[in-house]
Amino acid sequence: MSANERQESTPLLAEQLRGGQMWSRVLRRGQRLRLIDVEGGASVAALFYNADDPTERYNMPDTLKAQHIARLTAGFVLYSDMGRVLCSVVSDSVGWHDTITGHGNRAHGEAAFGNGSYQKLRNDFFKNTRDNFLVELGKYDLGKRDLVANVNFFVKVAADGEGRLSWVPRHSPAGAHVELRAELNTLVVLSNTPHPLDPSRSYAPKPVALEVRGGAPASPDDPCRRSRPENERGFRLTEAYFT
Amino acid sequence: MTLSESPLDPTRAIFDQVLDSGLGWTHVLSPGQILRIVDLEGNQAVDTLFYNAEDETERYSAVDTVREQGNLYLSAGTRLLSTEGRVLCTIVADTCGRHDTLGGACAAESNQVRYAVEKRFMHSCRDTFLLTIATQTRHLSKRDLAANVNFFMNVPVTPEGKLTFEDGLSAPGRYVELRAEMPVRVLISNCPQLNNPCNGYDPTPIRLLIWNEV
Repeated sequence: MSANERQESTPLLAEQLRGGQMWSRVLRRGQRLRLIDVEGGASVAALFYNADDPTERYNMPDTLKAQHIARLTAGFVLYSDMGRVLCSVVSDSVGWHDTITGHGNRAHGEAAFGNGSYQKLRNDFFKNTRDNFLVELGKYDLGKRDLVANVNFFVKVAADGEGRLSWVPRHSPAGAHVELRAELNTLVVLSNTPHPLDPSRSYAPKPVALEVRGGAPASPDDPCRRSRPENERGFRLTEAYFT
Repeated sequence: MTLSESPLDPTRAIFDQVLDSGLGWTHVLSPGQILRIVDLEGNQAVDTLFYNAEDETERYSAVDTVREQGNLYLSAGTRLLSTEGRVLCTIVADTCGRHDTLGGACAAESNQVRYAVEKRFMHSCRDTFLLTIATQTRHLSKRDLAANVNFFMNVPVTPEGKLTFEDGLSAPGRYVELRAEMPVRVLISNCPQLNNPCNGYDPTPIRLLIWNEV
């Protein structure tokens, strides 16, 4: 095994995100983050910022319109509002991750699950995505103004021909994974909390395993880069940022 | 697709102004006031953002709006929700039938990705938004420019998850009306995009009218 392959295979970091938990980390350019849906049925809300200048952040409309998509899977990339690639989706066993239906807040949680206060449940209390995001963003001096449309990994909400939306049940099986590669130095913020369209009425977000690995940024023949001319230009603009 | 006409009389409007393409506009509506946006020549995209005028950290949320109404497209009856889950405005009349909120605003940078690196010089909605908030508002900045509404723009999504920009459904004289449900700052860029059919490759003026509570 070459040094490069060893670097690809050994996680620098492996941890488990229990239901309700939040997480953040700056992925250096080239590092990879794999999310694994351990039991099936996970739902992880995610936000992305340029760690070197967090006013540059994930932009849902620019991501969708540059690639003519309304979902995320391998071969697509996450664009910032500055025409650069924050992360590439380098591997995905699920085929569809949502980015058009946002995330839940305290009111959604109380309507779906009832009162799950800390006083009553201690550290099993019912956390919600918005509060988790605000706490985690606050650690970087970011806040409400920086909360934009997020990605929901392992979630599918499909639209019919009239635009009507429906939650797709049992979308992500046990062992499913998605892997991202950072193309900027990227602040990733995750919240493992229920999606507001999940019809479940018991608070039981599933565990998700996280693995961070070293690696290099996209090569000239990278599939995400080659998938369409828009992405070739997006990667060129990203590289120009570092020259 | 439901079309809904308005009984309001333009001669009784308290504000009536034409906004050329490539220009921005911002105005605070009082609760109950009604804003009409008229697509004067047809197929014009009107990129629009909304803020709680008393606390501009609360703003329009495209994803909350589509999720809570269970539909991707905006039309008569749509309640435009804020990041706090409250109603900023309601669409009370609509003679176009479908408006987009996934396509966002064009920007110099996204034009480079979408069309050609050399397109950076072309005028864009984000440039208009940035100039308008810099000159006419006190606290807004790029951080506050989140996913917007594109009135009169047609961006169909397929069940397979594809998204396309189509020729608009709009036509000369079609309009949409919004009733403010709280003090609302409206921020408009009359889109100057020349690279796709959202404006029929020919950006044109819109007309803006406001009525007091009716």
